[in-house]
Amino acid sequence: MNVKYMFSLVAVIFLFLLAYVGVEAAGLQVLFGIVIPYAALLVFIIGVINRVIGWARSPVPFRIPSTCGQQRSLPWIKASELDNPFTTQGVVARMFLEVLFFRSLFRNTTSKLGEGPKIYFSLELWLWLGALAFHWSFLTVIVRHLRLFTEPVPFWIGLLEKADGFFQVGVPGIFLSGVVLLAAVFYLFLRRVIIPQVNYVSLSQDFFPLFLIFGIAFTGILMRHFAKIDVIGAKQLTMGLVTFHPTIPQGIGGIFYVHIFFVSVLLAYFPFSKLMHMGGIFMSPTRNLPCNTRAVRHINPWNYPVETHTYEEYEEEFREKMIEAGLPVEKE
Amino acid sequence: MSGPKPKELIEKIDYNPPQKGWMDVPVKIRKGMYCYASNPKSVEYVHLPHARPWNPLEEDWKLPDNWKEIVHNAFRERLDRFRSFKVFMDICVRCGACADKCHFFIGTGDPKNMPVLRAELLRSVYRNDFTTAGKILGKVAGARELTLDVLKEWWYYFFQCTECRRCSVFCPYGIDTAEITIMAREIFNLLGLNIDWIATPIANCYRTGNHLGIQPHAFKEMIEFFVDDIEEKTGVKVEPSFNKKGADILFVTPSGDVFADPGTYTAMGYLMLFHYLKEQGLNVTWSTYASEGGNFGFFTSHEMMKRLNAKMYAEAKRLGVKWILGGECGHMWRVINQYMDTMNGPADFLEEPVSPITGTKFTNAKSTKMVHLSEFTADLIYHNKLKIDKSRNDNLIVTYHDSCNPARGMGLFDEPRYVINSVCNHFHDMPRNTIREQTFCCGSGSGLNAGEDTELRLCGGLPRANAVKHVHEKFGVNMLATICAIDRAALPPLMDYWVPGVGVTGLTEMVANALIMPGEAERTTNLRGEPLSGMEE
Amino acid sequence: MRIEELLAQKKTAIIDKWFDVVADTYPADTAGFIKRQKDPFSNPVGGTTQKGLTGLMDELLGEMNHDKIDSFLDPIIRIRAVQDFTPSKATSFIFSLKKLVRNQLNKSDFNEYRILAELSELDLKIDLIGLMAFDIYMKCREKIYQIKANEEKNRTFSAFERAGLIKELPDSGPELA
Ligand code: HEM
Ligand code: SF4
Ligand code: SF4
Repeated sequence: MNVKYMFSLVAVIFLFLLAYVGVEAAGLQVLFGIVIPYAALLVFIIGVINRVIGWARSPVPFRIPSTCGQQRSLPWIKASELDNPFTTQGVVARMFLEVLFFRSLFRNTTSKLGEGPKIYFSLELWLWLGALAFHWSFLTVIVRHLRLFTEPVPFWIGLLEKADGFFQVGVPGIFLSGVVLLAAVFYLFLRRVIIPQVNYVSLSQDFFPLFLIFGIAFTGILMRHFAKIDVIGAKQLTMGLVTFHPTIPQGIGGIFYVHIFFVSVLLAYFPFSKLMHMGGIFMSPTRNLPCNTRAVRHINPWNYPVETHTYEEYEEEFREKMIEAGLPVEKE
Repeated sequence: MSGPKPKELIEKIDYNPPQKGWMDVPVKIRKGMYCYASNPKSVEYVHLPHARPWNPLEEDWKLPDNWKEIVHNAFRERLDRFRSFKVFMDICVRCGACADKCHFFIGTGDPKNMPVLRAELLRSVYRNDFTTAGKILGKVAGARELTLDVLKEWWYYFFQCTECRRCSVFCPYGIDTAEITIMAREIFNLLGLNIDWIATPIANCYRTGNHLGIQPHAFKEMIEFFVDDIEEKTGVKVEPSFNKKGADILFVTPSGDVFADPGTYTAMGYLMLFHYLKEQGLNVTWSTYASEGGNFGFFTSHEMMKRLNAKMYAEAKRLGVKWILGGECGHMWRVINQYMDTMNGPADFLEEPVSPITGTKFTNAKSTKMVHLSEFTADLIYHNKLKIDKSRNDNLIVTYHDSCNPARGMGLFDEPRYVINSVCNHFHDMPRNTIREQTFCCGSGSGLNAGEDTELRLCGGLPRANAVKHVHEKFGVNMLATICAIDRAALPPLMDYWVPGVGVTGLTEMVANALIMPGEAERTTNLRGEPLSGMEE
Repeated sequence: MRIEELLAQKKTAIIDKWFDVVADTYPADTAGFIKRQKDPFSNPVGGTTQKGLTGLMDELLGEMNHDKIDSFLDPIIRIRAVQDFTPSKATSFIFSLKKLVRNQLNKSDFNEYRILAELSELDLKIDLIGLMAFDIYMKCREKIYQIKANEEKNRTFSAFERAGLIKELPDSGPELA
């Protein structure tokens, strides 16, 4: 048994029971429906801001982008403005592709030796596809949830729902994003267990968010399709939260509280974990700087004078030999 | 009593025991995989702390008593100074995209050479010392305390990273393990845990201007020896100048070109090229004070890098040149392209570089005022300023090794290829995932090109050699061109071991062989004294 | 049926298993990488091993041409000679083939005298390859030492030193030199 993921799995199961029993047996609706969500949101906001400020406080002393394409040099050599951006627009484009499409992750190519001397290239796409599926479906799910926090619901959320529920299967319709999210999280989990190198470098804290998000999606789907809960009541609660008039409507069902408890835990956990990569990707000096250091001087705020070996000291030591060898000197 | 069953015996040899978590596998420092500790004299000479004799194989590393405190403070200071370090400590998701991208992992098969794990070696202590989660949850959060064994593990594995940045290309956040290695080595430096192959060149460079401790008169004599050699082979007497005030351009190249084969032929190539261009208005000088382009300070600390690099601008200023031309070197160019101007600039006493031959303005270097020889040469060839007889290189079937630093710290890909294709007829690139930004390191960069760690270097160079072997077998490639002095020193033994029959050359050596010099005698041999194509007996 | 033919039918299966034996001499996660990554340039150890073992198997069931065996065996051993293996660990995978071959035979096959005789002949061939592996291993180690020695020479730049061109660093600062 793998201790690393067992620990996280047990933790998530424990959290599940905590919320379920807390609501169903101990009647702690107020705690799980109001107090904890507010507290978690507060922790999330303050935590994330803190973290980002912490990073921003450390300066960027050197401009060290990884150059992944041809530099801009001579006018007749075609520069790669995306992978070796010389201008700010180039950097923006590079970051855009990194953030939205995980371009670096896409870079995995492999070559296979075919029959004879031919080489074929193929892309190793699975991690990239899995990551894209995971993040995009997660984003879709979050945006869809804005329905619960707005009144009236903006029309574009309806549009998104239409698109997302395109494959109408049963009533209520299944949202593609939910299923994809579940599948993608499961894939990411599997690859952490199955691929030996990835398993070897994984820590408990790499499994925890996966289980947690799986739990969120799972309880979500459970509520919608199986343990049907009182949607109107749920919206009352969420609207209460955003309008700062929190209420606890009766009879929403324990699963709902588990769902929002999981979300709260994720929010509170976020700033202290690797999930902060969401902010970090924007601050990574190997990606977010233009590759024009030779054209535009970069300033290091803490640049300090250092001890050097000056020419004078050098000539002092070697003057005679230099003169003898016919090398020009400053002082004869 | 019965002895062990044969099956058990075989399995003892065949299989590795089941794996423990990486934190529970203590480091085993293996011969051939590490570099010797630094000579205290060298460390002292440049006033770096805790100079002492010590031996990595011994239990006692003679560390200062408060070494843990030193590490902790140094760690904190670097987190506060480098956003790169701080962000990289925080955001790795251990997705494993980088795991199999490191030539040392591929070549040694040692899991701790996976870039993500190399970084985790440091990150685990970071979590323990600097994060709330790590302080509370300890090992569950992937945290561990700094112990002597952990320090030794650091030392062993951060001197098994060539700072090549290949991993950073594939990381979705651009996490650059090279940057983490740089920080780790800064910390070692504060504990006096340097390696000699780095420390002694630094001390030499600081004192005499170059890694080898070649004194000014000897430097000149060596070049004069090349002058004679060139005359013998081409009938042309070239006339280099040294430390010349009033020259237009200062030329700086790694001293490796001046002392070690096959770099020496590249140095001869420089001399011929400059001589050729003299009549067209090139006024260039060599310097004995700034006679080293390479900068092993880069492999020690940012401060040491700055101290050594300062000579270039200082000398340019003293001589009153207009701009600086840089020869074929790898990490020298990472330093110039990404650090020099910031550290030792602004170079407002120089002018924006303009080629005196073609009038091309090198606007991409307008602040740093230093141009790469490949940029310079490509521009010359593009403007038809060099008379070239390609066929002289016809016995060469060439491939090109992108050195890590000009590749991933600069993006110099097409200039050298253009030059190669202009001076020889047979060029074949290696497979796409082993060149350009995905190039595999020679395995000897960042000061690891010592003799005692040959096994490490051969392992690390395996992926590169493997790709060379492929083009060697497929196209009959017999020459590996490169624009790095460390490559020119490190690749010959690598080829000797993995792909015998492939030589190593600098770019300018090939240019010089093809260059039709005014007034030259009939060229029958190349600079190495080997018959040119069509001139074989 | 001759044993060679019998094994020829199961060649791919045997080579796959044999490959796993070689891969499993590495730490588990590295072994996984070596088995999984099919790109010969991203995974030279795996690529070289695969190519070499296939060739060796062909020779074993065919000509036993010395030069060809050498050309297939050398790249594999060459890699293992620089890695963290003792000579026995570097070469033991060859002898594992004996067991792998036997696993491929049916129980009844062992009752046939001819098969047994051929099996011991095959064992001899495997032993021969094993011995060649030792030679190659030694040759590689010698090469490594030779490279080391040359580096040592380069390092002291003997030519320079003879000319008195290199001065040792002074014991203390330059002012005392
Ligand atoms: C700007 C926004 C974001 C970007 C660009 C981004 C990008 C990435 C990338 C490239 C990976 C590596 C590939 C992978 O392992 O799947 C990753 C992993 C991950 N991301 Fe994000 N991410 C973002 C926001 C988020 C958010 C908001 C969450 C959720 C709370 C999240 C959760 C995760 C998790 C759990 C993993 C690890 C998956 C694993 O264990 O394999 N990410 N992210
Ligand atoms: S690719 Fe980047 S995020 Fe993924 S494991 Fe490597 S360093 Fe971490
Ligand atoms: S920088 Fe290069 S040597 Fe270092 S970990 Fe990354 S790939 Fe390996």
